[in-house]
Amino acid sequence: MISGRCAACKYLRRRCPSDCIFSLYFPPNDPQRFACVHRIYGASNVGKMLQQLPPPLRAQAADTLYFEARCRIEDPVYGCVGIISQLHEQVQSAESELAKAQAEIAFLNCNPQEAPAPIEANSNFNNLLPEQYLCPPSAQNSWF
Amino acid sequence: MKNHEPRSSSSCAACKLLKRRCTPNCIFAPYFCSDEPTKFAKVHKVFGASNVSKILAEVPEEQREDTVNSLAFEAEARLRDPVYGCIGAIALLQRKTVELQHDLTIARARLALYAATSSSSSSSIILDDHVSMAPFPSVPGCDGLAYSFGQSSSDLSRYGPLNDFGHGPYIS
Repeated sequence: MISGRCAACKYLRRRCPSDCIFSLYFPPNDPQRFACVHRIYGASNVGKMLQQLPPPLRAQAADTLYFEARCRIEDPVYGCVGIISQLHEQVQSAESELAKAQAEIAFLNCNPQEAPAPIEANSNFNNLLPEQYLCPPSAQNSWF
Repeated sequence: MKNHEPRSSSSCAACKLLKRRCTPNCIFAPYFCSDEPTKFAKVHKVFGASNVSKILAEVPEEQREDTVNSLAFEAEARLRDPVYGCIGAIALLQRKTVELQHDLTIARARLALYAATSSSSSSSIILDDHVSMAPFPSVPGCDGLAYSFGQSSSDLSRYGPLNDFGHGPYIS
């Protein structure tokens, strides 16, 4: 049970009603969470979006809205779309490499006496996403 | 007697939707043409005109078109998937990358095995699928991201034309 006003109502300087749509997802101990979301979407839009969802899905929606808002604040031009673009390029690059490797395997299966060319590991998946995009200030909870 | 200013015949989509006069220095006009009313409608529904205006005012003018396009993409994603929005696409792409990494590691191990055995006897080569793979490094804050969704790994088209972002100006 959350006592006192939620972060949203504190930010908006209003009374927090017992059925406040924000209270479960914007606790008072994390004011930055609502501030981010409000800055990008506006409290009214966030409230409408949450209201339109069944209650069991609202927490997830609030989390994703917060994530996207943070991405947009950190990168006002591309927001989280920048991450999607980078991942998309990585997927295309990996698919291309995989296709080449599989073609070589298929060739070798037909010609077992041939020695394969040395493989150059020229794609690095160890840095999937820039940490700045995904590491929230408080990373103790998983996002989803 | 009221002075009725003539309405602009070239109001941008934003000013048309907001039912206001489109001024010559309207911040929306270059990016929300009147022949694309749904683009602004979606962005307005998710972000609100005021917030979009503030975001555009923050970025240099030469980057505003990219900003508008990314906002439009996010708005579209959020309207299609009100729970996950763009995060669904990110999770799918991450999952796909993990799968490809896995397949690529196996393929490279097979090729390495070929290389190792090609100079030895020409007896039949037994390929073992149980090759050891380097553990996939986890991205901080994203441990559950790729595996929290039930969508298929190939269902990316629902998030719009991702190809437009693959080669566009979005990645410098």
